[in-house]
Amino acid sequence: MYAQMVKSEATKDDPEQLAAFQARIDAGEKIEPKDWMPEGYRKTLIRQVGQHAHSEIVGQLPEGNWITRAPTLERKANLLAKVQDEAGHGLYLYCAAETLGVSRDEMTQMLLDGRMKYSSIFNYPTLTWADMGAVGWLVDGAAIMNQVPLQRTSYGPYARAMVRVCKEESFHQRQGFHIMMAMVKGTAEQKRMAQDALNRFWYPALMMFGPSDKDSVHSSQSMAWKIKMNTNDELRQKFVDETVPQAEYLGLTIPDEDLTWNEENGQYDFTEPDWNEFFDVISGNGPCNVDRLSARQKAWDDGAWVRDAMNAHAEKKAARKLAAE
Amino acid sequence: MKHLFEFLLRQGDNALVLGHRTSEWCGVAPALEEDIALANTALDLIGQTQLWLGYAAEVEGKGRSANDLAYLRDVYDFRNILMLEVPNEDFGRTLMRQFLFDAFQVPWLTALCGSSDKRVADFSGKSLKEANYHLDRSAETVIALGNGTEESNTRMQAALDYLWPYAGELFGEDDTDQAMQAAGIAVLPASIRNDWDTKVQGILSDASLRTPKSTFAHFGGRSGFRHTEHLGHMLATMQILQRSYPGAVW
Amino acid sequence: MSKEWPLWEVFIRGQHGMSHRHVGSLHAADAEHAVKNARDVYTRRNEGVSIWVIEAEKITASSPSEKGPMYDPARDKVYRHPTFYDIPDEVGKM
Repeated sequence: MYAQMVKSEATKDDPEQLAAFQARIDAGEKIEPKDWMPEGYRKTLIRQVGQHAHSEIVGQLPEGNWITRAPTLERKANLLAKVQDEAGHGLYLYCAAETLGVSRDEMTQMLLDGRMKYSSIFNYPTLTWADMGAVGWLVDGAAIMNQVPLQRTSYGPYARAMVRVCKEESFHQRQGFHIMMAMVKGTAEQKRMAQDALNRFWYPALMMFGPSDKDSVHSSQSMAWKIKMNTNDELRQKFVDETVPQAEYLGLTIPDEDLTWNEENGQYDFTEPDWNEFFDVISGNGPCNVDRLSARQKAWDDGAWVRDAMNAHAEKKAARKLAAE
Repeated sequence: MKHLFEFLLRQGDNALVLGHRTSEWCGVAPALEEDIALANTALDLIGQTQLWLGYAAEVEGKGRSANDLAYLRDVYDFRNILMLEVPNEDFGRTLMRQFLFDAFQVPWLTALCGSSDKRVADFSGKSLKEANYHLDRSAETVIALGNGTEESNTRMQAALDYLWPYAGELFGEDDTDQAMQAAGIAVLPASIRNDWDTKVQGILSDASLRTPKSTFAHFGGRSGFRHTEHLGHMLATMQILQRSYPGAVW
Repeated sequence: MSKEWPLWEVFIRGQHGMSHRHVGSLHAADAEHAVKNARDVYTRRNEGVSIWVIEAEKITASSPSEKGPMYDPARDKVYRHPTFYDIPDEVGKM
């Protein structure tokens, strides 16, 4: 997901306080910034919300790649509005993380020097216009699966940010699917583009949910704290079950020869993604890792003079106002 | 009709080209808040493009659409002023250009609200609300960056010096302008020069920037006679899908 | 690393005459900048007609450890709620 492989921090707090905290969470209470919380809860949340925020911001790049090449004025406006929303979602999430005592600048620094991660999916290139369809349809589709339950997460500011994100995100997947619909109704070349995009994005989309539950060592604490609401495999299965009929509607073929409907348990059996590839991408060897981070680094460096100047001007203005009083 | 078409292309192409340039910032602006604000401006301008070029296509009466005009004309058929097609360079030049243009758009669209052509008046009314906010924001940013630090002042002065020779084209006048004035569709751009001068002088002085002395102006954009080299590259990017796959529906 | 723009809390009043409501936060160099940023960030979907911003550090908040004394005393004042008073149906709507 946007927050993959988030390691839960061990907690060394007073057992009685911990039990009381857990009781609040079990009772469905929201934890607010000034409430007592275990250090592990705080650190895990910073890592998760930060990673989620970074994913939104780095996630602007693969789609931003096509804004200047969008084929019509309508598509250009739709795509721009969508990528702009991602900046907004990153902003809401950074603000939620800031309530835990880490600044946005600190988080940015940690992204840039590799101490914090972002979702593996954004390390894949967008090569044709159909990729805008595939990303909206599959990547946003996968993201929504995870984000909808997170509206009920235990940490108040995170839950509220997710409410806002989900409300805005509802058009994103449809925007992508709409592009795919036009492509499959189009020329032979457009259909080929659409199938090619699905071929390239299918397994990376499945990887978004993170490794299989049996290999996912950090889930149980996060689930007890309600900062992770479902297991990776649950969400992945749900995604496959919802997406396969949509692909059929489009007349596209999921690139999985072993994909079959399992009558017995009422769900699809499918091939797991190549987890070696996933770990390569996570550890920096995806097709675009270097380019994505250097694009963020450049934007950050190029913008420094603007951020500094706005501050300097505000300080001068405040000083003048003070002198006049 | 030829003149009205020409006039509408100028309106639409200004919005299209500046909207495109502004959209290039998406994902790489100096701060998230500025990234989102620039995208809002770009979206406003793309919306304005659809209005003006849609009407232009209708007036032309050859069955073309706003998209055909945007994506299937070559440089010599574009009618935007040169200032809007030069590269963004940095955030300073982007905002300075936005300001110089907004300071024109506000009095210009205000005048066009009284157009004898109802569509022109309606589109101008809608665009004017957007332009007023753009001007507020760009003027404030120019003031902040002009006054901020030594580096920001230097960059803003460089941006102003670079853009200044392109600003004069805003006030060009030719047969089309005269025909529009005669028909009561538009005023002569020169008639709002004083408003523009006053606004620009005021903000630049608040921004601690020196207004360049030169009155030289490059022309060639609004007539289409001679664009800069930059427009061709912009169109190569913008039009690639429509050019590569003729007739495809997206 | 240079200094970060301060954090602001944003309150927006929607179309229908409700009170300003907290919608989120953002960073801005000063109050004017914060209002503009709030307009661009938090009213993209026509959500509001009026914006308030306040620097986050200027807000004084109640302390969570005082939750008991702060809010519990209101719990047993049931007579402040209309349902406390039984009025016969024949009186009509009240």
